[in-house]
Amino acid sequence: MTAPFVCSVPLEDMQRGRGKVRDATITLAHGSGGKAMRDLIRDVILGAFNNPLLAPLEDQAVIGLNELASGGDRLAFTTDTFVVHPLFFPGGDIGRLAVNGTVNDLAVSGARPLYLSCGLVLEEGLPVETLRRVTTSMREAADLAGVLVVTGDTKVVERGAADKLFINTAGIGVVPAGVNISASRARAGDKVIVNGYLGDHGCAILLARNELALETDVETDCQPLSGLVQTMLSVCPDIHCLRDATRGGLATVLNEFAQSSQAAIRLNENALPIREAVRGACEILGLDPLYLANEGKLVAIAPAEFADPLVAAMRAHTCGEQAAIIGEVVEAPAGVVMLNTGFGGGRIVDLLVGEQLPRIC
Amino acid sequence: MKYIDEFRDPVKARILRTEINQLVERIETARRRPLQIMEVCGGHTHAIFRYGLKQMLPPAVEFVHGPGCPVCVLPMGRVDDCIALAEQPGVIFTTFGDAMRVPGSQKTLLQAKANGADVRMVYSPLDALKLARENPQREVIFFGLGFETTMPSTAMTVLAARREGVRNFSLFCNHITIIPTIKAILDSPDLHLDGFLGPGHVSLVIGTRPYEFIAGNYHKPIVIAGFEPLDLLQALWMVLKQLAEGRSAVENQYARVVPPEGNSAALAAIHEVFELREFFEWRGLGSIDHSGVRIREAFAGFDAEKRFRVPNLKIADPKSCQCGEVLKGVIKPHECKIFGAACTPETPLGALMVSSEGACAAYYNFGRIDISGLRGNAGGTDRRAAV
Repeated sequence: MTAPFVCSVPLEDMQRGRGKVRDATITLAHGSGGKAMRDLIRDVILGAFNNPLLAPLEDQAVIGLNELASGGDRLAFTTDTFVVHPLFFPGGDIGRLAVNGTVNDLAVSGARPLYLSCGLVLEEGLPVETLRRVTTSMREAADLAGVLVVTGDTKVVERGAADKLFINTAGIGVVPAGVNISASRARAGDKVIVNGYLGDHGCAILLARNELALETDVETDCQPLSGLVQTMLSVCPDIHCLRDATRGGLATVLNEFAQSSQAAIRLNENALPIREAVRGACEILGLDPLYLANEGKLVAIAPAEFADPLVAAMRAHTCGEQAAIIGEVVEAPAGVVMLNTGFGGGRIVDLLVGEQLPRIC
Repeated sequence: MKYIDEFRDPVKARILRTEINQLVERIETARRRPLQIMEVCGGHTHAIFRYGLKQMLPPAVEFVHGPGCPVCVLPMGRVDDCIALAEQPGVIFTTFGDAMRVPGSQKTLLQAKANGADVRMVYSPLDALKLARENPQREVIFFGLGFETTMPSTAMTVLAARREGVRNFSLFCNHITIIPTIKAILDSPDLHLDGFLGPGHVSLVIGTRPYEFIAGNYHKPIVIAGFEPLDLLQALWMVLKQLAEGRSAVENQYARVVPPEGNSAALAAIHEVFELREFFEWRGLGSIDHSGVRIREAFAGFDAEKRFRVPNLKIADPKSCQCGEVLKGVIKPHECKIFGAACTPETPLGALMVSSEGACAAYYNFGRIDISGLRGNAGGTDRRAAV
């Protein structure tokens, strides 16, 4: 069932409108390597992503080294796989997630994201229209982030062997000279900064599953962070640590920073930007917003003297309007994240053992 | 957030803290040893750690984290029974989320699910009944768990199932009752407790009267408390006030929710569906008379223990566990021989490490390193410093 995007039909045939997918649903034939697959790739995939690097439809995209080297002195390379239920949720979908997730993983190294691959695993029976919506959404997200989808692969698996649609994206970007971001660089005195409301994505997905009979207007925060990161680097080229706080939320990223840097991080609960609706849902379900997933939030650790100008620049950017300083790095106890509660107490913010599970009562 | 933030006001907290300090100075016992106040309910334990209340109190006041986490006190044998039920062909086994990770003698429900059992997390027993309606060819079993807090909703669901004639729904009943357990703790010879914070949601159902023996026969103050941090501080203040005045009474801090007589509709449903078992096994505490309930004969058709083969084996707690002593306040979580070494939240051996509401897990997650010394503002040093 191997079926790379490549096919031998000339691009001009496709552009003349031949090879449209006429089936309503994906069948094993769409992964068989035959005409059905060729039509699917020409119509749905190339239809969405068409660009000069993809258009030759070779087994790989070929990218000039000189062009890459002009943007910096190191290549950033990452991959991520997306399996989300439901595929569409308030404010986003799996396609947008698949582009922004990889773009953001590149961006937080300081890199300018450039090119993505797109690997699709389709479950037999998936409506073709669903796939079209997802690839269209991926294209829109790629345009917004300024990246191109230049290579890819499609597999179809039997019903039950996958849940509707899985997407893998890999990406490359170029890191400008002089940028040196690492989880191990947090130093006592540094400030901890986030770019906005925490937990929106996790909350939106949880409620979109409709198992809880709770209603809110919370949407995913899924957005590309590459533009924001470049703005931040222009204010403070020596950002020490930077990560996007996806699965595991803010708490997990900060624990990684604290452990890698052998420093302690102290958060101020009152400074954490969390929407009322997200707080409310967490109160009802017994969840902690610090561990909820985000898809457009970064956590930065930067020297104290840059903290205020950084926050000001971030707030002027559409992806950082609620940016805030939420805590600081201290020396001890090494490897530990602490929270000063708004109530006047304090506690440890540890790594979760597994998934957050709602409490019984 | 309205109706929440009012109960988390740091200014009011500081005032209460000052008054608590003044009260402690008036209590004779506190000059000889720390006062031990047990919060019975796991929800209180969670709140105490979540808001860092321990750091706000004088060293002469200690919280002892009681047995009120239903997930924690579930014996291994019952978890094995759950897994045996879940693994029967055609069964959909439904459970509250935090029971998924409780270890049985071989594995957890989460592992059973990974191995192919159809285990589903629900948020209410009514969700399980809905699943039964939607899957008439399957047998849906709900894992009924918890104190009087969750008992009424389970009872109402069984009543609804009977009313609607749903025949493929049954309940694996592990509900337990709090009063006999408090009595067992009070009868323990090595007890040092000075007073209790009474459970809020249990009391919403049973009212305040069932606690009167604590004040009357055992001369210990008990104050029913809410779950917000100011609730807990105020309830603690009320317990200390009783101690300072040499009184012992049942008082109700959570009067906005808990009526003295409880909730008669909830109690009626409980009594219609359930009856006391002669005894029930608790993890960490052993067998306690009349501390669990089972389904009455009239509802036998909804009783998973009668409809399915349940191994019902008694599995002894690991010998090294000192959960019982922690539950009674004889030792602190970190004073247990295996705390943080053989027994951690990833690999819990003892009951109290299992759920985030368990004393040991809360202590491990939120408090194992004393952070009061690192704080610039809030005072209070902690003699139970770094573990």
